[in-house]
Amino acid sequence: MLDAGQTREALLEVNNIEVIYNHVILVLKGVSLTVPKGGITALLGGNGAGKSTTLKAVSGLLGSERGEVTKGSILYRGENIAHANPADTVKKGVIQVMEGRHCFEHLTVEENLLTGAFTRTDGRAAVQQHLELVYEYFPRLKERRRSQAGYTSGGEQQMTAIGRALMSKPETILLDEPSMGLAPQLVEQIFEIVKRLNEEQGVTFLLAEQNTNVALRYAHTGYILENGRVVMEGAADALRENPDVKEFYLGMSDTGRRSYREVRSYRRRKRWLA
Amino acid sequence: MPIEVFFAIEVAINGLMAGVMYALVALGFVLIFKASGIFNFAQGVMALFAALTLVGLQTGQIPFAHLINAIFGTRMHHFGWDLPTIVAIIGTMAVMVLLAFLVERLVLKHLVNQEPIILFMATIGLAYLLEGLGDVMWGAEVKQLDVGLPQGASVWIGDTTYALFGYDFFIDKLALWAAGIAAVLVIGLTLFSQYTRQGRALRAVADDHQAALSVGISLRAIWVLTWSIAGFVALVAGIMWGASSGVQFSLSLIALKALPVLILGGFTSIPGAIVGGLIIGVGEKLFDFFFQPIVGGATENWFAYMLALVFLLFRPQGLFGEKIIERV
Repeated sequence: MLDAGQTREALLEVNNIEVIYNHVILVLKGVSLTVPKGGITALLGGNGAGKSTTLKAVSGLLGSERGEVTKGSILYRGENIAHANPADTVKKGVIQVMEGRHCFEHLTVEENLLTGAFTRTDGRAAVQQHLELVYEYFPRLKERRRSQAGYTSGGEQQMTAIGRALMSKPETILLDEPSMGLAPQLVEQIFEIVKRLNEEQGVTFLLAEQNTNVALRYAHTGYILENGRVVMEGAADALRENPDVKEFYLGMSDTGRRSYREVRSYRRRKRWLA
Repeated sequence: MPIEVFFAIEVAINGLMAGVMYALVALGFVLIFKASGIFNFAQGVMALFAALTLVGLQTGQIPFAHLINAIFGTRMHHFGWDLPTIVAIIGTMAVMVLLAFLVERLVLKHLVNQEPIILFMATIGLAYLLEGLGDVMWGAEVKQLDVGLPQGASVWIGDTTYALFGYDFFIDKLALWAAGIAAVLVIGLTLFSQYTRQGRALRAVADDHQAALSVGISLRAIWVLTWSIAGFVALVAGIMWGASSGVQFSLSLIALKALPVLILGGFTSIPGAIVGGLIIGVGEKLFDFFFQPIVGGATENWFAYMLALVFLLFRPQGLFGEKIIERV
């Protein structure tokens, strides 16, 4: 399972993109990554590394935040979507679940889910059927279907947000920070569902996460971003064994250190120079 | 019963009718505020503009006649035909949709993600632009608007109440029509926003722009839709106000009366706009009735604002406004 992503065809290819906000703030300085079809790809890194920006560049949400892809290309099934608007991207099968859930607070859970089907044209019956499928994955949402989303718990909101994205019948889900503000047990539960969706429904995931530990356990491949650049990439299990990742992202060290003087200098591969 | 009681009841009923008229204007504000978080200062002027356009089309006025005459030295003013009311109304609606489209294209599109205050300022600009445009297009004189709605005292109600209570109630037929039309409008809008895909998208956009974008809802299409509906409501308000007091530029000032209505009813509630309008309408008429002997006349000018002030102090979200949901 762990190297499942490696062997399949590339669905999404991000080629050396540069993203600038407000015409002046350079956020991504040449990010390249490949998302294989049917895989779970993790995008890791600290705050401000550019994970969310990368996802938004793909989904087309950058535009509404005054950001812009100024260089490079984003190929989805070979088609450049770097400048597409979100509605078109959703119709192509790529949908983003935004960081911090972003549920429609005054709509009920079920109405939230139904908005996900906005771009669909295959009729009411098909949407209704799909709704039942989403409830199968998130039984909790079925119980809360009539509640206003604003009054549901953080975990339920995260489920609503993922369920809403599922309602668009996506091929690829861009999942931004699903663990944010959730209890460890819930995080585990959410990732289990992601894994099931991936295996049973064949949904491809590109997920941005700060929780490196969980993300690398569920992902097939991973990329580590720092300061708007990819500094490391590889199969998830290889990344987990990498001493730098262990030390700097997983908080583990083989030797155990006694003082900060012994902290290793960060020997990361400067890929963008190579 | 003493005659004063009947008189007070009559005043209250007429207040209700006046309230319906306020509510019609307030409704337009609520629609745009809900969908885009913009307080549309131009709503009152949109009602005026719609009424002007309706009269202009109905009577076959040539748009920009004064301007054309001034430039080319011609003396034209009318095409010389009268359009049937229904055709003129459809034509005006088309103009309002075009206006919605232009507002989105020329104003909103460029102000995405700006502070609400900036958007508010933009609508103030829009209000002046529309008022000027209405003036240049159709002329500044007061016009009669006749769309075939019955006017004057309802004889039937007068006779019936006289037979029952020995008091002849005076109720304007136009006001009754206004109440009926407002009811249909509110029911229609509620059904639309609760049970249709577009309506749901509209409420989604109102809640969270970003999230709406992320599921593939086109903000621009929704905005054009919202402003078109607001244009339609403005047209209805313009027709009712124009029919009752003539189409004149002071119409745009009724927008100011809509403000206390909104503060009472809540900026985000369609039923709130109606109830708020009714309370203000009845309140100011009854207040005037009871306190005029004590404080002198003209209380109608300030009563609504005083009431709004009290509400701002004790219930800032209004009677029906959405509470700001805060999970802890």
